[in-house]
Amino acid sequence: MSDRRTPLDLVRAEPGPAYTATFDGREIQVLPGQTVAAALWSAGVTSWRTTRRTGEPRGVFCGIGVCFDCLVTVNGRPNQRACLVPAEPGDAITTQEGTGHDELR
Amino acid sequence: MNSAEHQDLAVIGAGPAGVAAALAAADAGARVTILDSAPQAGGQFYRRPAAGLGARRPQALHHAWGTWQSLNARLRAHVEAGRVRHVTDRHVWFVERLETRFTVHALIGPEQTEPDTVTADAVVLATGGYEKVLPFPGWTLPGVVTAGGAQAMLKGGLVLPGRTAVVAGTGPLLMPVAAGLAAAGATIAAYIESADPKSLARHASTLVRNPAKLAEGAQYGAALARRRIPVRTRHTVVRAHGTGRLEAVTVAALDADGRIRPGTARRIPCDTLAVGHGMLPHTDLAQALDCTLDGVNVAVDDEQRTDVPGVWAAGEATGIGGAVLSRAEGEIAGLSVAARLLGAAPDPRVLSAAESVRTRLRAFFAAIDTVYAPPAHWAESVTDDTVVCRCEEVTAGEIREAVDGLGAGDLRTVKLLTRAGMGWCQGRVCAPGVAGVAGCPADTARRPFARPVPLDVLAQPGNPSRNEASHD
Repeated sequence: MSDRRTPLDLVRAEPGPAYTATFDGREIQVLPGQTVAAALWSAGVTSWRTTRRTGEPRGVFCGIGVCFDCLVTVNGRPNQRACLVPAEPGDAITTQEGTGHDELR
Repeated sequence: MNSAEHQDLAVIGAGPAGVAAALAAADAGARVTILDSAPQAGGQFYRRPAAGLGARRPQALHHAWGTWQSLNARLRAHVEAGRVRHVTDRHVWFVERLETRFTVHALIGPEQTEPDTVTADAVVLATGGYEKVLPFPGWTLPGVVTAGGAQAMLKGGLVLPGRTAVVAGTGPLLMPVAAGLAAAGATIAAYIESADPKSLARHASTLVRNPAKLAEGAQYGAALARRRIPVRTRHTVVRAHGTGRLEAVTVAALDADGRIRPGTARRIPCDTLAVGHGMLPHTDLAQALDCTLDGVNVAVDDEQRTDVPGVWAAGEATGIGGAVLSRAEGEIAGLSVAARLLGAAPDPRVLSAAESVRTRLRAFFAAIDTVYAPPAHWAESVTDDTVVCRCEEVTAGEIREAVDGLGAGDLRTVKLLTRAGMGWCQGRVCAPGVAGVAGCPADTARRPFARPVPLDVLAQPGNPSRNEASHD
């Protein structure tokens, strides 16, 4: 990646110090201000949900909070729109399976 | 946190239209609250990187950045002087019309479980629009994103979903998206436009009256050429391929009738497909207020007034037309509100500049609309196993069975028989796709609330004065 221009280069970004969150237990680096979706894309993750009917993987689709395809579980709270919710230091982001409420059944 | 203070005007949305409306009304002496779901003003068009990302040249991702800087500076000055309250992270779900005023009901983001209200004598709906995407096999694969979504994630989070992108669909939005992704380091393997932009020539007289828009198009065209992006017009994406992740797309040429030309299919490896087929206005709040629609748009008069007294609308909600038109409409709305609150008509001399921009650009976007229509026979490529309603996972085969086997002839019946449009997004994404596959008109759905609302918020006493008291 180092030989390629990045979005951060393009706008000459000088982000604050990165912090750590986890995705399914794996540590990922997050830049301050990034949403959960942006943090996951930065970490090379594009799917973080499986659908409740056929178990298909999903991630960001509309990117602006309209489509609800990017639902994810953050700190045990399911059905958070990853494209809207800012990632916070120490967040435990986990793949959401089905409705996200399956453990309640 | 509660906004108990009563305001003259509540503006919903802090994009180009909402900010322009707030500024015009505040300049004329009105007390204004502007409510917006984002943490920063600007809307989708002027979406900026989060402050913590420390972008020193945000303008590298923007067109007409100077215009925004001046709008934003005026907004900040009004906020500092106490003439405008800019309330961020407010997700408005309902506007309640009372006898002589309005209560705007919002949820505080990002959790969206705590309510907040603002009361005002008048409301400007500047709720913007969102992207329309028609279904095709493979469009639910991760790595397939809306063109505007890819742009929003880039502008706001400074991220790309992959390294090699295809940009496809129809409409002028695809140009800045492709140029932006390329500038940010993505390789654009192909730019696939289903329309034939040459047919814009039929609208030459409208185009020459909009030299700034022509220049903008030419700039983006030059940027695509400079980066050697292969552009294919009268082509379409037929299918997205991959297992768990996008790996390639198949594109094909279209004939003059908008059907796929046999033997032209070509597979292009990519890890990102940014796709869009135009835009749709957000009309939920207007519809819940009983504002009349004109087609899919909120109907407004020359002063941007809806047919509900006290409610104005401006920007994409009244018809898709971009940031400059949105600003002109917002300015007209703000000037009209300020005058009407005092029982006067707005001064025609003050309105005239914005009115001529509005006239010119509405004509321009009417021409754009006729040229950049999705291919006429797109639904024929949607295979029976293609998921059309993404939330409820309703396939094209199920929709066709509802029509052919069960006799459904309208969107509502298809929805009741298949659950298409009953999921989280409430049909915002799938309605055009379901209608196209079913072969019925894409009626504008009425949704009681503009976004999901927790039951305990709904269960609170409906009287807005009690809501306010409980938060003081």
